[in-house]
Amino acid sequence: MPDQFLFAVEVTLNGLMAGVLYALVALGFVLIFKASGIFNFAQGVMALFAAATLVGIMDGQVPFSHLINSIFGTSVHHFGWHVPALLAILLTILVMVALAWLVQYFVMRHLVNQEPIILFMATIGLAYFLEGFSDLMWGSEIKTLDVGLPQGGSFWIEDLTAGLGSDNFYGFFIDRLDIVATVIAAVLVVALVAFSQYTKQGRAMRAVADDHQAALSVGISLNFIWVLVWSLAGFVALVAGIVWGTKSGVQFSLSLIALKALPVLMLGGFTSIPGAIVGGLIIGVGEKLFEFAIGPLVGGATENWFAYVLALIFLVFRPQGLFGEKIIERV
Amino acid sequence: MLDQAEGYTTADGRKIGGVVMEMKNITLKFGGVTAIKDISFDIREGEIRAIIGPNGAGKSSMLNVVSGFYVPQEGEVWYRGAPRPPMKPYEVARQGIARTFQNIALFEGMSVLDNVMTGRLTHMSAGIGAQAIWKGKAEAEETANREVAEKIIDFLEIQSIRKTPVARLPYGLKKRVELARALAAEPQLLLLDEPMAGMNVEEKEDMCRFVLDVNDEFGTTIALIEHDMGVVMDLSDRVVVMDYGKKIGDGTPDEVRANQEVIDAYLGVSHD
Repeated sequence: MPDQFLFAVEVTLNGLMAGVLYALVALGFVLIFKASGIFNFAQGVMALFAAATLVGIMDGQVPFSHLINSIFGTSVHHFGWHVPALLAILLTILVMVALAWLVQYFVMRHLVNQEPIILFMATIGLAYFLEGFSDLMWGSEIKTLDVGLPQGGSFWIEDLTAGLGSDNFYGFFIDRLDIVATVIAAVLVVALVAFSQYTKQGRAMRAVADDHQAALSVGISLNFIWVLVWSLAGFVALVAGIVWGTKSGVQFSLSLIALKALPVLMLGGFTSIPGAIVGGLIIGVGEKLFEFAIGPLVGGATENWFAYVLALIFLVFRPQGLFGEKIIERV
Repeated sequence: MLDQAEGYTTADGRKIGGVVMEMKNITLKFGGVTAIKDISFDIREGEIRAIIGPNGAGKSSMLNVVSGFYVPQEGEVWYRGAPRPPMKPYEVARQGIARTFQNIALFEGMSVLDNVMTGRLTHMSAGIGAQAIWKGKAEAEETANREVAEKIIDFLEIQSIRKTPVARLPYGLKKRVELARALAAEPQLLLLDEPMAGMNVEEKEDMCRFVLDVNDEFGTTIALIEHDMGVVMDLSDRVVVMDYGKKIGDGTPDEVRANQEVIDAYLGVSHD
């Protein structure tokens, strides 16, 4: 087989893996949107906050240490212990649930029966607040996150495929982290779909998304559902934060992955879980292949804009996305 | 005819039981506006109780007090023989009081069946994990709840639209779906806020039949607000008449029809 073709296959495979990572972030959006009618602009920042909290707990960092030091003139930074990854993840989940409760108590509770756009604006405010709060709590420096996920190329796959091409071809390079991420995403999707489709709480969530007043009248507690929804959002953010944080470090740019999720959502449709996955894969593969084939002709760096242009084209010709609900309503 | 403890027998021979809900001297204000002024009345087991009155009389406010959406400034709500502390609407719903809304509040994105199933939420108790994998108690519970929902769907003759998203239904059918959702909760008290508003004659007749059948078949106590006087007089056992936030009449349809104050309110007399 010609090396050029094999290279294209490798690019495609890596595109698929990158797509899974995009889908993982987009999933957080879709879930919250489906379940509560809120487009959660803060999803990316929540991923950053979750990852920073996880690192902070694992390293035994003192929260708000900069603040404490500058007020009291002390110099505390670390408790001096290290928490095992699994325990730290559990503790981080607790922190995210606490955050969910705070969001419900200080923000959502006051916005009963408001338009979706109002709720959306609230999440923008939340995003900015959380961004600053995260820096204040854990510091803004770049941190490395290692919860024991495998990283680096898979030699097994390389060895297995090395024989396909000529002597210059060393086999497909596939990051083991990407493979793990794919498995995690699959498990997450199955669990979340089961939850939202088959459980009482899932049905109640969808009810709240549709109509607050009606939800109240059938005995659903809005406050409880909101804590639940934001806890779920926090959990999905944590998963995305772990995977992305392991890949590229815990830093501010982590919160920008949310921007990459937007074109994925426009492609897949805001209300479809399969849509988020297919959309993620299309964009992942699309931008890698485009860079591979067309990139050199236009000076490269097409990955920065390809996804957005694709999303723009979709907005013009199929605004509800590939799998989104077609908007049919009687007037 | 009205005996506090015993109840009474209606003209068509149904036995009406003791008091289910009693409103005692309810006053409700919005800032400087008094929507309800010192109103008392009761609702008895098994009866169809109507609240009527001109626009802006405070009927919907009254219903909202009963269902917990509004908390009155003065007065007490007695439910099943005990005063009810101020409650959130969802807590009231869990006590067995279901309602419909004047301007239909359905879950538009869900199918008719799913909407009706939300009415069963208060009857589900299986663990969240069991529900997600559909095993054990959850399976039996879901089957039982589904059965109730299907029975009500059959009862209200909306089988043909079971799987249709509610957003696509015409107005009259939406009203019926809302009734189905309220019934699915198997309420002890059913509140209907203008169940026939905006319907044509045929739809109204259907709805009347359903309200009577529900009362007859399930023995559900019903309190309803309605504008159409003909409908009210045919349907209800006892009627409360409100005007400008005050109660001006209370009794059987015949008694109310003969009440001079009621006649004035409906035909119009200058208020001085």
